[in-house]
Amino acid sequence: MSESAREKMEFDVLIVGGGPSGLSAAIRLKQLAPSAQICLIEKASEIGAHIVSGAVLEPTALKELFSDWNSRGAPLETPVKKERIMYLLNDRKSIQIPIIDWMMPNMVNEGNYIISLGDFCRWLASEAEALGVEIYPGFAGSDLIIEDNQVMGVLIGDMGLDKDGKPGSNFTPGMELRAKYTIFSEGCRGSLSKKLISHYNLRKKSDPQTYGIGIKELWEIPSDLHFPGYMQHSFGWPLDDNTYGGSWLYHFGKNLVSFGFVLGLDYANPWLSPFGETQRVKMHPALKKHFKGGRRIAYGARALSEGGFQSIPKLSFPGGVLVGDAAGFLNMPKIKGTHTAMKSGMVAAEAIAEALNSAQIEPVNYQKRMQQSWVWEELYSVRNIRPSFAKFGAKLATVYTGIDSMLRGKVPWTFHHRQGDNTKLDPADMSQPVCYPKPDNKLTFDRESSVYLANIDHRDDQPIHLKLKNEAIWKTVNWDVFKSPESRYCPAAVYEVVNADVEPTLQINSQNCVHCKTCDIKDPTQNINWETPEGGSGPNYPGGM
Amino acid sequence: MKVLVPVKRVVDSNIKPLVKSDNSGVETDGLKMSMNPFDETAVEEAVRLKEQNIVSEIVAVSIGEAKCQDTLRTAMAMGAYRSILITSDELLEPLSIAKILQKIVEKEQPNLVLMGKQASDDDTNATGQILAGLLGWSQGTFVSKLELTSDKARVHREIDEGVQILDLTLPAVITTDLRLNEPRFASLPNIMKARKKPIETIALSDMDIKTTTRLEMLSVKEASTSREGIILNSVEELVEKLQNEAKVI
Repeated sequence: MSESAREKMEFDVLIVGGGPSGLSAAIRLKQLAPSAQICLIEKASEIGAHIVSGAVLEPTALKELFSDWNSRGAPLETPVKKERIMYLLNDRKSIQIPIIDWMMPNMVNEGNYIISLGDFCRWLASEAEALGVEIYPGFAGSDLIIEDNQVMGVLIGDMGLDKDGKPGSNFTPGMELRAKYTIFSEGCRGSLSKKLISHYNLRKKSDPQTYGIGIKELWEIPSDLHFPGYMQHSFGWPLDDNTYGGSWLYHFGKNLVSFGFVLGLDYANPWLSPFGETQRVKMHPALKKHFKGGRRIAYGARALSEGGFQSIPKLSFPGGVLVGDAAGFLNMPKIKGTHTAMKSGMVAAEAIAEALNSAQIEPVNYQKRMQQSWVWEELYSVRNIRPSFAKFGAKLATVYTGIDSMLRGKVPWTFHHRQGDNTKLDPADMSQPVCYPKPDNKLTFDRESSVYLANIDHRDDQPIHLKLKNEAIWKTVNWDVFKSPESRYCPAAVYEVVNADVEPTLQINSQNCVHCKTCDIKDPTQNINWETPEGGSGPNYPGGM
Repeated sequence: MKVLVPVKRVVDSNIKPLVKSDNSGVETDGLKMSMNPFDETAVEEAVRLKEQNIVSEIVAVSIGEAKCQDTLRTAMAMGAYRSILITSDELLEPLSIAKILQKIVEKEQPNLVLMGKQASDDDTNATGQILAGLLGWSQGTFVSKLELTSDKARVHREIDEGVQILDLTLPAVITTDLRLNEPRFASLPNIMKARKKPIETIALSDMDIKTTTRLEMLSVKEASTSREGIILNSVEELVEKLQNEAKVI
């Protein structure tokens, strides 16, 4: 269909992505400008269906958004009661790290809540709709509309295309959603945010972003072994000293345990499998007992931004802003980003509410207001902690973290992230292959049965949304040098090498994709490009996830 | 011609629901709910008939909790003109559903009831047939092709032996097979318009219908998982395994 024939709709503000930052922006906008027309689109089939997080919520931003959040039925049912940090020495032994409030202010979780972030987003969406925000899940922003170097909105993709990209029998053309301002709240490594960062060169003055992948399992366990409010984190085994990562395990809700593993995507060994590490860490006695008699009920994965303060790009551009993890406001030592994501959405809304009354093309006050907010101060104070792990290795960095935290980051230096995670892999023949234990289907599982629990739906006949920019590079680089790292880092078994002995070929099972974006980040030559599939596709994470 | 399309809100067919730990049923809390895919086919067929000017008005009806509104909005985004919601928190059996629909038919006077042959959650495949019986109407079930004129319907039925072709006199109840058509995507402008279309809400308690439960659910169990297969290279290997591992020969 030619561009001129596309249907168009106009709004005051368009929000791309219904996570905590986008929904908080929508709510704040309606609080400040009740008559403004606000439209929010979400690529998942419903709000919350693509949300993966631990999650422990620090309710600071929520309290600012709704001082009466408690009476509004916010799903914050499990306050943190007890927490433990374990250093796993090997596959059997662990030591408990004492949590000393004054020394480790970032690790203290008193006053926080263990939540399902998906359920929390569903609740935020109901609040936003009650205020008059128009929310449309099942529609993916597939491209930017840029005119005279100003973002005018986004294009929502065609539906009902066949594998070759031709209209099928139930073809529904995409349309233009136009707005005075567009808020991009796509989460980590959003596909449109990536285009914006490149088009407006928003990283000119910042470090490259560095990422992690989080893999999560939701378990239901017997009630007599369930201690709602208990949380523990582990680091150390099974990772070596130069690989950043660790596990979380939270008891919450009705007999639920949220378990997961985060691995820094700056890892070097191409044989490493984040999924394999996630399964293996559960076998440690410090974790294993928490799954006893339980059953796994959901599975998901998502990349997260770990770069912190040094990696925050320029936040505004003509016609729009980046908020939440699309910009990268995660506080890595706290292992939390919901509060900062929400706050950034709210601050963006405040700047845009002002801008709506002026003829301002770029809402520049958003950046200024963020720099004056507690988010900036918070992220500045912890800026050296994540990079210290890349610099010194886990053991020394833990000592450094203690010192830096005691000084609240008031040190005269700033460690930098020099290069993107895609440049960090060592060649396969110079690295130690990793052998993962065979799944027992009780505690540990394979990827196929895991992906099954993500309730994924990609209509079979749609075009493949994961593309190699240059197909030849896969053989010469990914295979010949790194032995197909994508077939190991993908948590959903999307990438599969067939005919490995004779003529290795990459098979892309895009219908398995959980939209975590790891391939778009870690591919050595950035040859894999993640685009939005048909709206409504992807995982359908259930409530509690 | 006026068509009534009953639609049911069910757990989305992409979700694998889990059995509750006490085996009392299936856990549906927090799961994505959608329109029963068989009913979606029925809505699509009605909308196509309207586009061909054979049908003049499509009314969607749903029975259940207030959230069934979402299902009705979907039907209206696809092309239904207006909706009726019968609110009830009871777990209703096919007979009760058919009795309710009978009342709605008496009120709305449609020439045709077009509905899914079964719901993807309980698979009872009974409501359409009971409704036709209660109304004394013709019925065409498992329909994979439908040709409609002002007073007749020719239906192709998917049966075990193949396809059976029947001519029905209207009014009739027709239940749809998934093969009938491929439902459209609701476009964003149509979803927006559907939010403004009317939904008439009637409480079941105001309808004077007896909804006595006649069935008792004893327990719900997960299907037993089949054991993983392996591919062997020779007959000798198979015999060896049957003898020594399975110990069956």
